[in-house]
Amino acid sequence: MSSRGQDDTTIENGGDGTHVHTYDLRGVHFRYGRPSGLDGGWVLRDVTLQVQPGEMLGIVGPNGSGKTSLLKLLAKLAAPQSGDITLFGRHLAGLSQEETAQTIAFVPQEHAQLFPFTVAETVLMGRFPHRQRSRWSFGFGWEDQDDCHAAAQAMATMDITHLAERLVTDLSGGERQRTMIARALAQKPRLLLLDEPTAFLDLQHQLDICSVLRRLRDEQELTVVIVSHDLNLASQYCTRIVMLKDGRIAAIGTPSEVLSVETLRDVYGCTVLIDAHPESGLPRITLPGPSLPVHV
Amino acid sequence: MMPSAGHPTPTPATLTSPSFTPNLMQPGAHSTRVDRPLQGAILTRSRWCAVMGVLLLLSLILIMLCLQLGTQYIGIGHLVELLSSALVGTASEPDAYRTTGVILLQVRLPRVLLGFLVGGCLAAVGVALQALMRNPLADPYVLGVSSGAALGVAIAVLFGIGTTVLALSLLPVCGFAGSLVALLVIYRMAASYDRLPIHSVLLAGVILNAIFSALIMFITSIMEPNRSFGMMAWLMGSLTAPAYPVLIALAGYLLVGLVLLLKQVRVLNILALGEEPARSLGIDTERTKRVMFLLSALMTGAVVSFSGMIGFVGMIIPHAVRLVVGADHRLLLPASTLVGGMFLMVTDTLARTLFVPSEVPVGVITALAGGPFFVYLLVWRKDRLA
Repeated sequence: MSSRGQDDTTIENGGDGTHVHTYDLRGVHFRYGRPSGLDGGWVLRDVTLQVQPGEMLGIVGPNGSGKTSLLKLLAKLAAPQSGDITLFGRHLAGLSQEETAQTIAFVPQEHAQLFPFTVAETVLMGRFPHRQRSRWSFGFGWEDQDDCHAAAQAMATMDITHLAERLVTDLSGGERQRTMIARALAQKPRLLLLDEPTAFLDLQHQLDICSVLRRLRDEQELTVVIVSHDLNLASQYCTRIVMLKDGRIAAIGTPSEVLSVETLRDVYGCTVLIDAHPESGLPRITLPGPSLPVHV
Repeated sequence: MMPSAGHPTPTPATLTSPSFTPNLMQPGAHSTRVDRPLQGAILTRSRWCAVMGVLLLLSLILIMLCLQLGTQYIGIGHLVELLSSALVGTASEPDAYRTTGVILLQVRLPRVLLGFLVGGCLAAVGVALQALMRNPLADPYVLGVSSGAALGVAIAVLFGIGTTVLALSLLPVCGFAGSLVALLVIYRMAASYDRLPIHSVLLAGVILNAIFSALIMFITSIMEPNRSFGMMAWLMGSLTAPAYPVLIALAGYLLVGLVLLLKQVRVLNILALGEEPARSLGIDTERTKRVMFLLSALMTGAVVSFSGMIGFVGMIIPHAVRLVVGADHRLLLPASTLVGGMFLMVTDTLARTLFVPSEVPVGVITALAGGPFFVYLLVWRKDRLA
């Protein structure tokens, strides 16, 4: 592992066997705005976490546990008050906006679009960080062949090629989510960060999105970090899970390590049933029925 | 392109080289097949040129048409003759031409051009504000930016700044100051939420409008009666033929503003996606917003100081144009500018010809057309305004 604190500009050399984490977070504290309350109002406290290349990391936890805030820190949409975040061995804060945008793609929680862009236009927006800057482009920056190619490819990957001419205002939730992920893929990032990609989607679309993400990780060596409410999806699709409670990491590890009755009782305050998934053998979480005593 | 191995490959030497798998990234025959879906679904340079060409041609035709109409009809042959002689600067013209010539060149032409400029700028500012606020109902008039500018101008007039010839250029500055105050209030509101709910923005506009109108009414009521009448007519939004040097100065000023707005069109596209996606695509959203708000305030201030509060142009026109040419601001902004220019030019021609010898303030007509349209959007299209 490369020692931190060395020259910021050196970028890891993959050839000599040194191993550099994709992300390396050390003692990260974060809050929005000014300190408040007795405990300082921290949203995230002392988060130390490494993300490995090619991982599919799930961030889970109860409401208000800091999941989305952690994702925003990773996406450089917010900066920690203290602690240190490095990306491929370089300080995240030291990267230019452009470099960040060419490396990290961020898909926010799904929300309705108000302007009638076509799906193809929306996906092409992901090419913005790769735009050609020239004196005469005059802010118009027409997309070139490479841009169109990357967008078409991203659309094919997300299986929305047939929607190209549709307006994003007319799409269903699942189609819109796939469009937004395609937009992120057109960015040709090395990291894909998604906030609740399966929220508000029906079962079929949840499975679709998750299997596509898993495939992207496998085929394109993309590192994927998702925030999810759905412990079962996280268990089946994530290679590793971080569980947050009140802004602290309560558990971290493979789904089998993290998703235990004790941990969940500790974090969520309720007792659930956990058995093995009939196909994958990974933990499967079931809510207790009404006849069972809630507290054991 | 890096070959993909079964294991996680060692990370490349730079942050910015994505490694897609080869099977998805075959150039050549594959690419033509893959790229085809984008055809027709995105804005291309050729479509841009076609639409803008048609709109420019249409603008020219309508300008000629509006120049013909008025208390005195001027035939097209006569019109062309007068215009060309004015351009060439022929000194010897028949006496019969002289009065029509004066009407055309001193009254009608500057007024038609002013209408075109004002309408174009209002529409352009509307497009910019809508993208910035992510709100299809935003408009300088609805948001209270116009009445802020009007208040600035009214204060200037009250203290006699506007009456002196030398200080004519100061009125737009006062208008700018007023609209900036209004935009600052809205900017503060927009900064404290990620995205303001549409109805809160409208409510903020209503409140701002109420406060500014009250102050304007206060100012007009303590003015001398003969000046306050002119003030009222101006407030309703009306175009009067300016002197050429003034018109040219205004045109130069507004064109600079338009060019600066045009430089941001691609950024506006991405801002319309949402604040966080825009930031994650590498856009300094705060800086962009400041620049755009400043430009909008400058342009609204100048326009209002000349033509009063002409409402709804900045909302109807972008809406209508978006339905036809799509949402891409690269085309939407310049196309809306031309269409807005045409719209106001035509409504002003109606305003000065329909009720001859009286003249209706053009703002009355745009409000009568725009108000119901606004209600229609709010009530029947609310599904689109989540």
